[in-house]
Amino acid sequence: MTAYVIRRCLQAVVVTFIVSVIVFGLLHALPGGLVRAQIGPRASQYEVHGLEVQEGLLKPLPVQYGIWALHALQGNLGFSYKYNQTVGSLLAEFLPRTLLLVGSSILLALAMAIPMGLWQGKRRNRIDDHSLTTVTMIFYAMPDFLIGVLLILVLSLQIHAFPSTAANYGVSFQSDAADLVLPVLALTLGNVAYFSRYMRSATIDSLLEDYVRTAYAKGASPTRALVRHVLRNSVLSTVTLVGLAIPFILSGSLVIEALFDFPGVGLLFWNASQTRDYPILLGVVLVVTVATIIGNLGADLAYVAIDPRVRYTT
Amino acid sequence: MSGGVPPDAGGGDRELLAGATASGATTALAVAGPVAQTGEVPARPLASWRLSLSTFAENRLAIASLLGLVLITAFSFVGPLIYKTNQVSANLLLQNQPPGAAHPLGTTTAGFDELGRLMVGGQSTIEVGLAVAVLSTAFGLVWGLVAGYVGGIADAILMRIVDALLAIPFLFFVVLLASLVRPTLWLIIIVITSVSWLSTARLVRAEALTLRTRDYVKASVGFGSRRTRILFWHITPNLLGVLIVNAGLKVADAIEIYVAMSFLGLGLAPPATDWGTLLTEGIDNFFNGYWWQLWPAGFLIVAVVLAISVLGDGLRDVTEGRLQRRLRSRTRFRGDRFES
Repeated sequence: MTAYVIRRCLQAVVVTFIVSVIVFGLLHALPGGLVRAQIGPRASQYEVHGLEVQEGLLKPLPVQYGIWALHALQGNLGFSYKYNQTVGSLLAEFLPRTLLLVGSSILLALAMAIPMGLWQGKRRNRIDDHSLTTVTMIFYAMPDFLIGVLLILVLSLQIHAFPSTAANYGVSFQSDAADLVLPVLALTLGNVAYFSRYMRSATIDSLLEDYVRTAYAKGASPTRALVRHVLRNSVLSTVTLVGLAIPFILSGSLVIEALFDFPGVGLLFWNASQTRDYPILLGVVLVVTVATIIGNLGADLAYVAIDPRVRYTT
Repeated sequence: MSGGVPPDAGGGDRELLAGATASGATTALAVAGPVAQTGEVPARPLASWRLSLSTFAENRLAIASLLGLVLITAFSFVGPLIYKTNQVSANLLLQNQPPGAAHPLGTTTAGFDELGRLMVGGQSTIEVGLAVAVLSTAFGLVWGLVAGYVGGIADAILMRIVDALLAIPFLFFVVLLASLVRPTLWLIIIVITSVSWLSTARLVRAEALTLRTRDYVKASVGFGSRRTRILFWHITPNLLGVLIVNAGLKVADAIEIYVAMSFLGLGLAPPATDWGTLLTEGIDNFFNGYWWQLWPAGFLIVAVVLAISVLGDGLRDVTEGRLQRRLRSRTRFRGDRFES
């Protein structure tokens, strides 16, 4: 167990290192170079050279990577000339919002999908199972931003329940909560199918297990068997799906943030890609990836910790 | 990432299949020697394409999906031959006209005929989907085979690279790449492929790891076959079923990513277009009341993705699940995105 945890953590560190090399390499393979991206195509050769010296861009790439990585480890992810702020302070401002958005979306998706999947598994291949499948599949097949637009259409323009944009996010707690509703909902609906389909098959598998028959034999009511025995066992594997779903939900949040003008990391990243603000691009990808890796690691370790049947002996 | 998550129930099916074809390692040990001739003759292996076909034909939803996909593809590629419209130059005199006799689905803001526009957009969208599926399958196959079959340090290095790229939320990676290059059809294909091949590589590696212990592979090694021969004559053919299903689902994934890219402004530049761009334009204009610019593109995207999912589901029943089908009903669902 301890060996597994250590090995798994080491693996996460290695993966993080490779990500940083890939992303750094990509950004430094740029046509035109970083300096041109910062001060524009009309800067003189002299200015370009000056900035290149100042930024250390004339050093060999591995050295540049070393310097950058050392700074990144110290929390210094560079400076954005477009925002005139450090990338670190921008992330400190934008990242918590995205984490809130993504986190509440995952929780909401689970809260919807677990009962739904349990119900569907119990009543598989009946009319209610099929109709729930159809509905979740349609949402699943929709692009996230289309779901968002439909929500705006119904909940914002028709019945004026929630604001159609989150651009003013950060004003007050009350308005923030209202601003969050549509983005969270839009991000959730497309992902419910992931979890509910998995929960459904986990339920079906659990229903065939001996312990369920034992529960019935002991005189447990169907509800009790379902909740105490089936639910508990199938929820485990479904919850661990969260770790693997994080990259997908974060990707979804990029689109949703762009749609709702939600001032999170996704919008920051998208704006940076439009203005070619490379320090931000690099910093955001790195931080978002590290968040993903930590999420995966957490899910894996939680799975081992929670489920006594899983034992990693190596 | 390499996960303690037991993937959606595929393992049981495969073991059963292995037993049925008497190629499981333990079974084969027992069968080795003269016992094989004198012993009980095992039931005729069920795994024939005829059975596969009938299993598939039973699944009416999958058949309907296949039909729908064929229709939509024909609509996009054959349609323009029948329904001829000007899709090259904008005509502002015709902009935003509601559906009518001259334009069954109205016109766009640039004055293009919407129905014709959907056909042209369908071409690039379907092309991207198919090309990404083919490229990422080919690339993932080679990568996964090398990792899974050669093993050792090569495996460790190759798979850590896959782990790393998979850990980057794919849309961030796509936007990063797309912001470095100007979007042309081929570059879009390459950009999407760069995130799409990863799960294929993992899948192939996992399959190759189990296949390399099979007896026919060992026998071939015993004959002195070269590695490439084993990989392409013994391992790859046995991967085909899984790969085809995977590739099919990749088409849907690629289209979804492409649509998201278009929404983020990284799609094709006019006069070329795609469904994602049309949908995005439709959204921009929807609030002006031009509903005909939104729904058709949205419908086509949802229909294609949905149909591919259902079809992939059906094909998966054929390739892996047929023996336990009755027991388990259809539970599989594009889980490969997560599992791998």
